[in-house]
Amino acid sequence: MVKGFKSILVLDLNQSLRSKGFWVYSILFGGFVAFMFVSGITETQIIGFVGLGRLMVTFMQVCMVIIPIYVLITVVRSIVGDKESNVMEYMLSLPISFSDFFWGKFVAKFIVIYIPLFVSLLGAVLWGTFTHLDIPWDMFALYSFLLAAMVFCFLGIGMYISVYARSQEMAVSTAFVLWLLLVAFIDLLLMGMLLKFRISPSLVIGLGMLNPLQVFRVGVLVLFDPKLTVMGPAAYFVLDTVNRLAFIVFSVLYPTLLGFLFGWLGNRRFNRKDII
Amino acid sequence: MMEKENNQPVIRADKLSKSFNKLQVLKELSVDFNEGDRIALIGQNGAGKTTLIRCILGQYVYDGQLSVLGKDPRNQRVDILKEVGFVPQIPPPLKITVKELLKFFADLSTVPVEEYVDIAEKLGLQIKDSYNKPFVALSGGMKQKLLVSFALGKKPTVLLMDEPSANLDPAAREIFFDYLSKYNKEALLVLSSHRMTEIAGLVNRVVEMDFGRIVLDKILEPVENANI
Repeated sequence: MVKGFKSILVLDLNQSLRSKGFWVYSILFGGFVAFMFVSGITETQIIGFVGLGRLMVTFMQVCMVIIPIYVLITVVRSIVGDKESNVMEYMLSLPISFSDFFWGKFVAKFIVIYIPLFVSLLGAVLWGTFTHLDIPWDMFALYSFLLAAMVFCFLGIGMYISVYARSQEMAVSTAFVLWLLLVAFIDLLLMGMLLKFRISPSLVIGLGMLNPLQVFRVGVLVLFDPKLTVMGPAAYFVLDTVNRLAFIVFSVLYPTLLGFLFGWLGNRRFNRKDII
Repeated sequence: MMEKENNQPVIRADKLSKSFNKLQVLKELSVDFNEGDRIALIGQNGAGKTTLIRCILGQYVYDGQLSVLGKDPRNQRVDILKEVGFVPQIPPPLKITVKELLKFFADLSTVPVEEYVDIAEKLGLQIKDSYNKPFVALSGGMKQKLLVSFALGKKPTVLLMDEPSANLDPAAREIFFDYLSKYNKEALLVLSSHRMTEIAGLVNRVVEMDFGRIVLDKILEPVENANI
């Protein structure tokens, strides 16, 4: 059991390290942090954010835009791509269980996607230490966990779509539509619903909290003053209503559990149906 | 070697059926493959050869009964596949290097890397020159030789090969067939091919499929082989 999982994990990691996409992605995020330092973002002060905190918030906002769609587009092609390219026919003629294959790929993709993000964030902290900036350790810890939770969440959803999809095109289209829906249901549409249909704010915000993107967005701002207008209505409402610590725990646990649930469902399907 | 009950066939299919949507690809197929059988599994494209092989490998859900080495290919897949060597028709486009792939197989099978290298070299592949090349960058023939080495290296009880010589040049094909002819006589060997003439010298039984059914199942006498 463990041998098959480990073999697929190592194989998938090696495959990813040989892909240009991985290096472009890693350099993009590392380069973005470096660019922010060079451009003097840590010296600017906008609506209460300053120094390394300002840099980290900006980094997280960029991550919120790019990471979900990047994870989805990359991961949804994983299983269905292996089916189409005959990789799966061969790999699963070897003594590797379906679950080992699925979770081995899952964990490998988590490592490959998360590590460059974490290293970028860590790089910012190290450079901040070197240049004698105040290090917001609480933000660094929270953001590290939030990023891990978000990657895990969209990884699970992506793997689930990949198991069900009949072709890579279909998988990518599904991922894109899902991402558009999730983006649309951040603040703007929620507030539209609230005003137009006169729905209870609690119900609208409750719906918003089902959206992992919204949870991530509020989670990023949870350490700041809830009266900051930059937060948007949903974040303002949530942070003004809910206990901070409870929300921090929720913002890390909920996406992680959602990712695990979708991963589990995907693996269940993978074990029960034709794999090619 | 895996234990199976005495006189039990290595592979037994009983009313095995497989459909994709509404298209029935295997139609209540019943057949036994036994120890020492060297089978040419022949038939046109779409006859069901690859589907049968994939059912044996536990990759498809099917109707009817199928047992491999006395076990259920879906529920006891991993146990069965420890005893099965498989060579696909189309090599997988793996980006990892030959060296990494060798290590992958060695870790998975507990057969040392040297064993695979030895077989590859006997098949005419100078594998050490290609250690750092991505598998996908090798020529079709080199990939096929490597996959054959992996299949043979673990000394399987069941050897399934789907058009194994399709990418081999005549010289490599000759070495490959010579190697196979000397392979463990007690093992079950199933060679799927469009071209019977090519594998005639290797086999002692011909199973022909057409539209999901077996239309010919013939044991060959040694003299017959050359005349098929």
